Amino acid sequence: MGESSLHVLKGIDFNVNKGELVAIMGSSGSGKSTLLNILGMLDSADEGIYELDGVPIKDLNETKAAKYRNQFLGFVFQSFNLINYKSALENVALPLYYQGYGRKERQQQALDYLTKVGLRDWATHLPSELSGGQKQRVAIARAMASKPKVLLADEPTGALDTKTSYEVMELIQQINEEGKTILVVTHEPDIAQMCKRIVKLKDGVIVEDKMTEQKSATAHV
Amino acid sequence: MFSRDRWQEIFQTIAKNKLRTFLSGFTVALGIFIFIVLFGLGNGLKNSFQKFFVDDANNVIFLYPGRTSKPYKGFKANRRIEFKNEDLEDIKNNFPFFLESLTPRIERSATVRYKNESNSYTTRAVAPAHQQVEKTIIMQGRYLNNNDMVNKTKHAVIGRLVAKDLFKNENPIGNYIDVNGSAFKVIGIFQDEGGDREERNIYIPYTTRQQLEKGNDKLDQIVVTFRNELGHTGALAFEAALRKFFKEKKAISPSDPNGIYFRNVADNLKRNQQFAEVLQLIVAFVGLGTLIAGIIGISNIMVFVVKERTKELGIRKALGATPLSVIQMILQESVFITTLSGYVGLFLGMLLLKNLGVKLEDYFIINPYINLNTGIFATFILIFFGSIAGYIPAKRAARIKPIVALRDE
Repeated sequence: MGESSLHVLKGIDFNVNKGELVAIMGSSGSGKSTLLNILGMLDSADEGIYELDGVPIKDLNETKAAKYRNQFLGFVFQSFNLINYKSALENVALPLYYQGYGRKERQQQALDYLTKVGLRDWATHLPSELSGGQKQRVAIARAMASKPKVLLADEPTGALDTKTSYEVMELIQQINEEGKTILVVTHEPDIAQMCKRIVKLKDGVIVEDKMTEQKSATAHV
Repeated sequence: MFSRDRWQEIFQTIAKNKLRTFLSGFTVALGIFIFIVLFGLGNGLKNSFQKFFVDDANNVIFLYPGRTSKPYKGFKANRRIEFKNEDLEDIKNNFPFFLESLTPRIERSATVRYKNESNSYTTRAVAPAHQQVEKTIIMQGRYLNNNDMVNKTKHAVIGRLVAKDLFKNENPIGNYIDVNGSAFKVIGIFQDEGGDREERNIYIPYTTRQQLEKGNDKLDQIVVTFRNELGHTGALAFEAALRKFFKEKKAISPSDPNGIYFRNVADNLKRNQQFAEVLQLIVAFVGLGTLIAGIIGISNIMVFVVKERTKELGIRKALGATPLSVIQMILQESVFITTLSGYVGLFLGMLLLKNLGVKLEDYFIINPYINLNTGIFATFILIFFGSIAGYIPAKRAARIKPIVALRDE
């Protein structure tokens, strides 16, 4: 899409197993967001193989990519990316709409997920009426609503203060405990420490890939 | 297309984005409204034109006698040509194919007196067919009829202004006026769109006039009307045939430009028709221009709408919206808004035209109207092009990678 091409990732080779909570770290420009976008099929790789749940992801046209995203993936963005004219509940229900659920079913499920992130009472509020932490929790509820195989979080705490960040990380850890595979892009070491595995990128290559002693976010709250 | 969910989605988007909805709806409604009103006013102008120009009989040929300018068949030049009653019969018998009606016309000025009022007017001695030629409108009483011709009655049909001058507030019908010493009974009053001069004329039977002038059978002019279906070419053919016939009959050299003159109003007819066509063209042009302006307006709005929604579309795509569903959503929304507001504009425009009616008559706009089908067609065109205009940016938006759309702030 860009006018000039830039070689960002220069050979990434790694596996993520089911139920892992992986932090992808690196300074800005190291390619961590690009990697996540490729994993999320928001962007496509020029070459290489990407398999998700045993399905090779290649030669995607937009329609196919949209279906995969809807079925396999949940996204959490740094800037939340909620639709500003839809209430929290409607935002959470949106992926279910694209999965073809009926209206009642959608609302019921969306309400369940909002309850899970502790925002049941805020269901009818617009994003502009929510705090940053609340917005991110709505976004997480939305990402969870489509029951994805993998949750991809791009700097989920980037726009939040420390306390709120830990609250969000607590939620992410909790979801991971329920067995969901989660990849978190971050450049904050304390956030990375709350994951189970840390992958460090530098200039488009993996420089470190290690398991870590997971710190509980709850302790910090 | 008919999924209830999608409609709910669209209604929500519309309801939550009132400014955007209003802008695009307003553009379309205004476009259609202006189109309807301008087109209607154009038609009103055409109506006035019809009334002012085309309403005067156009299928008329005037024949005037003159003096010859060349010697021919033993006659000297400068001989005076005259029409006689038998010429009327000849035209009737020889040109039944072309002829609709004919009337002589003998004009004399006369001093006309009623009680103490008197004035000088032109009397026109004519046959009943003259009413069609001049489009004389009877306000009161009746026009001359065949009985008046046969019986050489002293009946007069007077112009509105003659009645006003001589009779003031009295009812002229049945009263007698003195025309150069002969008493004529007023049997009718007329008005004429031709203006004041026409309304100062007095019509009397031509036979009566001939009797007053020592029982001669001379006619000043002959006025013939031809069948309208003949058109311009037919009229010219008729004129040529008449010319040939009379030149032969009155022994005028075929090459003599004088002796007998023709005035063919068919030339006016052609000019008027051309003018009406030009008017029609202007109306159509104005309509087309408005429509194009409307299409450009809705196109701009659609580009703006899609641009404004780029990020939202990116979010939707990240959540699993297919490009097709994105395009469908944008198009369905725009078609819905354009259709609804298009018909609002259509309705308001028609309402205004209906209410205008005759109020703009002073500005030469009479009874402005627009054919409902034309209006609906224009609305449809706008919806159609509005959709195309929406489709192009929608398609582009649907093709953008979600990551690019999400970056868009």
